[in-house]
Amino acid sequence: ETYGLGRPALPEEVAAWDLDVSPDGTGLPAGSGSVLDGEDIFAEQCAVCHGDFAEGVGNWPKLAGGAGTLDHEDPLKTVGSYWPYLSTTWDYVNRSMPFGNAQSLEPDEVYAIVAYILYSNDLVDEDFVLNKDNFLEVEMPNAGGFILDDRAEAEYVNFNDACMTNCKDSVEITMRALVLDVTPEETAAKSGTAAEDQVTEADAEQPVQEPVVETVALDPELVAKGAKAFKKCKACHQVGEGAKNRTGPILNGIIGATAGQVDGFKYSKPMMAAAESGLVWNEQELAAFLAKPKKYMKGTKMSFSGLKKEKDIAAILAYLQSVSQ
Amino acid sequence: AGPDPLITEVQDWASSFGDGVDVTPYGLPIQFEQDVVRRNVEWLTADTISSINFTPIHALDGTITPQGCAFERHHSGAIEMRKEDYRLMINGLVDQELVFTYEDLERFPRENHVYFCECAANTGMEWAGAQLNGAQFTHGMIHNMEYTGVSLRTLLEEVGVKPEGKWIYVEGADASSNGRSIPMEKALDDVLVAFKANGEALRKEHGYPVRLVVPGWEGNMWIKWLRRIEVKDAPVESREETSKYTDNLANGIARKWTWVMDAKSIITSPSPQAPIKHGTGPLVITGLAWSGNGAITGVDVSVDGGKNWIEARLAAPGQDKAMTRFYLDHNWDGTEMFLQARAKDATGYVQPTKTQLRDVRGLNSIYHNNCIQTWWVKESGEAENVEVS
Repeated sequence: ETYGLGRPALPEEVAAWDLDVSPDGTGLPAGSGSVLDGEDIFAEQCAVCHGDFAEGVGNWPKLAGGAGTLDHEDPLKTVGSYWPYLSTTWDYVNRSMPFGNAQSLEPDEVYAIVAYILYSNDLVDEDFVLNKDNFLEVEMPNAGGFILDDRAEAEYVNFNDACMTNCKDSVEITMRALVLDVTPEETAAKSGTAAEDQVTEADAEQPVQEPVVETVALDPELVAKGAKAFKKCKACHQVGEGAKNRTGPILNGIIGATAGQVDGFKYSKPMMAAAESGLVWNEQELAAFLAKPKKYMKGTKMSFSGLKKEKDIAAILAYLQSVSQ
Repeated sequence: AGPDPLITEVQDWASSFGDGVDVTPYGLPIQFEQDVVRRNVEWLTADTISSINFTPIHALDGTITPQGCAFERHHSGAIEMRKEDYRLMINGLVDQELVFTYEDLERFPRENHVYFCECAANTGMEWAGAQLNGAQFTHGMIHNMEYTGVSLRTLLEEVGVKPEGKWIYVEGADASSNGRSIPMEKALDDVLVAFKANGEALRKEHGYPVRLVVPGWEGNMWIKWLRRIEVKDAPVESREETSKYTDNLANGIARKWTWVMDAKSIITSPSPQAPIKHGTGPLVITGLAWSGNGAITGVDVSVDGGKNWIEARLAAPGQDKAMTRFYLDHNWDGTEMFLQARAKDATGYVQPTKTQLRDVRGLNSIYHNNCIQTWWVKESGEAENVEVS
């Protein structure tokens, strides 16, 4: 018995959402990509978090290396050392990456990125081209490295002793959390001190630098749109109170600021050169940069492909203006 | 001591007005409870957008977790979707591929169930040793809510599962999609497509307007912003079920499909964030217990690091795959204690020590750490996360 609710899914709707790729290659679209193309695309789309050689930046995932470490202390689990199926990499890159700009890659680009990740794991040669037909020929080193959940046999049969008295002779402390001391302190207390420190430093170093920026009347609707569009940037940039440098510098007061001036952020050489020659991030310059970062500044660390819509650029500028006011 | 001015003097609140009924159309906790909030651990992840925070279990009581402080785990941030924009597609090995709106879901027969949702990585940072000093951080990747929704079985019957359909693949509408494969047996058993928690709409951070509830199984499978269910003949082996949420053993081989969350308990107070401030005498020792394999049948508490155990009092009989609150009404003599709790469930399973788990799994498992936790309560009443022999 059914309730007759819902409506038939149209073929084009199923096609739009049914994108997952299975270990046997089911779901792979036509296309191909080479290691060489992958290297460029990876540098542009992925390297900001995963490093030029898929080695990972900071706390972001390492995608290469780790062979032979799975039975060591702190094993390094990468596509090469751990992932059992290549389909998983293709599927994940295709549907969930780049972080903050998911589902923006063409099939050929995905093939190329996956080929490059394989290359960085020494699993294919530099002239390798990955396509739908040779997909299953790639051997994943850890394909045989998994067993099904065996807790019933390995654990449950033994975890049933509820001893109530005199269960052991002695109790000695073998490890203490306070020795490691990695627990976050109370956020309130912490941010209080940090803010005070900042004020003191700022006061000491730059006594008068205030009213250069005139307060512009901003369109609240545009600002709201900008806040939304800014999500693309959030993977790397923070803005507002308590913002910190992440993969990219904080953007407080960026509009009207001299380039390359955020404390504690390591800029690319071209950015430092531009800063020295007096680049100021007025709306015009920032708009040009955001439209095509790599074209605007060859060699910038900002591995963002750019904002295609002028509307988005205007909105983001308004948003950045608003948070700085 | 003289008479208490709080009693002998007329207090402001006893003579003037408080807030009118129009002041807080949606009520929030009173300002004095501002410290009862979710917290995150900054060093844990590269970015807060793909990260986790922790339920303040040390400061809560009862069993139901208020939505506003129930832990969050996002892989691409908490998205904002209107009910009107919600679509659920069921496709694949079915008689009729269908699309449902939110209103459609509201017209199917509805169920209510209380279940715990625990991240597989809860207590994961403690594998190698005592690390984080607080129940919120060691055990706070958990919440327990009453869900309202439609049984997944009902929806699968509506589309008609073909005989070769042995698995479902479920994914969310957010940029991570966070897809997971679930065997058909579980899908037809107790999985819920939920749209309310604790009587009100799901919060954005928990998947508004619709999430999957997979009772007793790891939280990563409870897909938020659920947008698609595909009936398949085999699992997808997605990123979340191969590279993540698999359990590395000492020999380098990893367990996969470790979906069930085994029986576990934690003393929430006293604990490092909830020290004893009242000195000797009557002391309420309390905590939570749960099992993905069924109901909690009992909880034992030890004050001497596991030498001797006392059966705690369950606030209510254990419920299937839901949290149980336990109490031990203790008379504290002011000497140091090594507090432990040990859960037992309907299958006869007894919560293991960390040593027992390490003997089987080694030190690299990360997920599914359900070991017995020790709090060292010092003579001062302060408590610390420790490991004991």
